[in-house]
Amino acid sequence: MSLTETTYWVVGASFALYVLIAIRSRAGSTQEFYVAGKGIHPVANGMATAADWMSAASFISMAGLIGLSYNGYGGSVFLMGWTGGYVILAMLIAPYLRKYGKFTVPEFIGDRYYSDAARVVAVICLIICSVTYVIGQMKGIGVAFSRFLETDYETGLFSGMLIVFFYAVLGGMKGITYTQIAQFCVLIFAYTVPAIFISLQLTGQPIPQLGLGSTLADGTYLLEKLDRTLLDLGFQEYTTSVRGSTLNMAAFTASLMIGTAGLPHVIIRFFTVPTVQAARTSAGWALVFIAILYTTAPAVAAMARLNIIQTLEPQPGQHLAIEERPAWFKNWERTGLLGIEDKNEDGLIQYSADTETNELVTLDNDILVLANPEIANLPNWVIALVAAGGLAAALSTAAGLLLAISSSISHDLLKRTLMPHISERQELFASRLAMAAAVLGAGYLGLNPPGFAAGTVALAFGLAAASLFPALLLGIFSTRVTREGAILGMLSGIGVTLAYVFQHKGIMFIPGTSFLGELPPNWFLGIEPNAFGVMGAIVNFGVTLGVTRLTPAPPDSVQQLVEEIRIPASP
Amino acid sequence: MVEADQKAVRQIYWRENRRWMLTLGSIWFAVSLGCGVLWVEPLNQIQLGGFKLGFWFAQQGAIYTFIALIFIYARVMARLEARLGLGEQEG
Repeated sequence: MSLTETTYWVVGASFALYVLIAIRSRAGSTQEFYVAGKGIHPVANGMATAADWMSAASFISMAGLIGLSYNGYGGSVFLMGWTGGYVILAMLIAPYLRKYGKFTVPEFIGDRYYSDAARVVAVICLIICSVTYVIGQMKGIGVAFSRFLETDYETGLFSGMLIVFFYAVLGGMKGITYTQIAQFCVLIFAYTVPAIFISLQLTGQPIPQLGLGSTLADGTYLLEKLDRTLLDLGFQEYTTSVRGSTLNMAAFTASLMIGTAGLPHVIIRFFTVPTVQAARTSAGWALVFIAILYTTAPAVAAMARLNIIQTLEPQPGQHLAIEERPAWFKNWERTGLLGIEDKNEDGLIQYSADTETNELVTLDNDILVLANPEIANLPNWVIALVAAGGLAAALSTAAGLLLAISSSISHDLLKRTLMPHISERQELFASRLAMAAAVLGAGYLGLNPPGFAAGTVALAFGLAAASLFPALLLGIFSTRVTREGAILGMLSGIGVTLAYVFQHKGIMFIPGTSFLGELPPNWFLGIEPNAFGVMGAIVNFGVTLGVTRLTPAPPDSVQQLVEEIRIPASP
Repeated sequence: MVEADQKAVRQIYWRENRRWMLTLGSIWFAVSLGCGVLWVEPLNQIQLGGFKLGFWFAQQGAIYTFIALIFIYARVMARLEARLGLGEQEG
C-alpha cells in the first residue's frame, strides 16, 4: 500500500471515530451545549483540555521554532510560557470561575462588573483573541491535508470544516469534549512514537526527555555535540543563545503565561467538571498531558536539528553531494519546505549561518516534526499517524475556539443582553445557529486569510493577557474594583497591545503602514511585539486600579458575589 | 453566633489560601523566570548529566515543577476545605 493510501486510511479512521462520538453525544440542553452538563471527570477533562490547548502550532511548528528559529535555548519561552500559565489558572482563575458556575467568561465579567457594557467589551476582547487564533487552525487543517493527502488546500479545509461542523453543532461542548479526548490520544501517540525512535537511534535511550541529556554513539553528549557543530557552522551555541535580551525573554514568557490563563476557550473547559476541587486537579491533569508533548518537543528539536546537519555534513568538511541526497529530502523539496541552491557550483550542499554562502536556502520550521519519521526511516503507518495527529491538534483547538466564540454570541449577546426573554429551547437553537455561523466564518477566513494571519497565534496570547486576564484576576481578588475601572482597563490594555503591534507590523498588518518599522532598535526596551502582552496587562492593571479609586464602590450584591465565589461551599 | 463563626471560618480559609498561593507562586516564579531566564548563566556552569542546569530548567525542569505545584495546591486546599467544613458535594 502506498504512503498516500495508508494516510487516507489512518486519517479516515480517525475522522470516522470523531463522527461516531458526535452521534453518541448530542446535546439536549443549553447546559449540555455550553458546559457538557458539568459532569466531566477531572482526568477526562484534563485530556480534553490538553487537546483543546495544543494547536496545530504546538504539534507541527513548536519543535522547529525551538530548534531552528529560536536556535535552542531562546525557544524555552514557548515551553515555559505555554505550560506555566496552568499554575496561574489552577491557583488564581479556574476554581473561582467554576464556583461561579455559569456558562461563559464574558458572563462572569458582566455579572461581576454589574454592567452590560462590561459584558459586551469582554465579548469583543474574546472575539478578537479567538478569531486571530482560529484562523491559524483553519490554515493548519488546509495545509495538513494538502501535504499529506495531496488534495488541494480548499478541499482539505472543507473536509475539516465538515467534521467540526458535524460534532460542534450537534453536540456543543459535550460533543467537543469527547472528540477532544479521542483527538488527544491520536495526537500524543503520533508525536511520541517518532520521537522515541529518533532518540533510540541517536542515543540508545528510548525516553526522549532523557535522550536529550545522553551521549551519542561517539561518547560525547548530544547537546555538547550540537553546540560545537553549530559554532563550527557559524551559528550561536544551542544551549545558551538568548532570544533578543533577557528582558525580552522574560516578557515573552510572562505574556504567554498570563495569556494562557486569560484565554476563554481554555477557561470554559474548567466549567465542565463537577466541583471546585475537580477544577484544580483537572488543571493538574491537563498539564500532565500537555507536558508529555512539551517535554518531548525540545528533544525532537535538538535531535532533528543534529540529524539534518549530520545528513548534510557527516564529518566536518565532508559535504553531502546533491546527487546523493536521500529520498525524504527530495520529497520535502517538492512541498517547498526544503530548498537548496548550489551557489559555489561544486555539486555539494554547504549549510552554514552565513546567508551569502549557505546552500540550504529553505529550511522550514515545520520540517523538524513533519519529516522526522522519514529521516528516521520509520514505516509508512507512522508517517500517516503524524498526518492524523496534526489534523487532530488543529481540529480540537478549532472546535474549542469556535465554542467560545459562538457561546459568547448566543449566550452573552443574545440571551443576557439583547433578548433576555427567549426560552431555553430557543437559546439552544440560537447557539447551534451561532456555532454554524462561526464554523462558516472561520472557514471563510481560512480560505481568504487576511494579511495578518501568519504568526498570530502568539499575538492572541498577548491580547488575552492584556485584556481579559487582569479583569478576571481583579474581579476575583478585589471586592472594590468597579465597572468603570474594568471597562477602561480592558479597553486600554487591548488598545495599547494592538497599537504596539500595529506600529511595528503595520496597521491591520498591512505592510508599509508600520510607522516605526519592524526593526529591533525601535522596540520599546527591546521587547518584540509578540511579547508585549505583559506590558498591556500592566497598563490594564494600572488603569483599572486608578479609575477604581475615582469611582463609587460596587453595590453590596457584587461584593457578596465575590465573597461567595472564593469558597467552594458555604459552611 | 453561627454568623460570626462563618465569618471567622471564611477568614481563616482565605488567609491560608493566600499563604499557599504566595508560597507556591514564589516557587513557580523561581523555577521559570528565575532559574530558566534571569539566573540561567550562573546555573549553566553546573552540569547535570548531559545538560547545563539552567538550560535544563528552561526546557524540562520548570515544566515538571509546575505539575508538582498544581497537585500540591489541589491537595492542601482539599485538606483545608475538609478541615474547615467547606468541602462541596458533587453536583
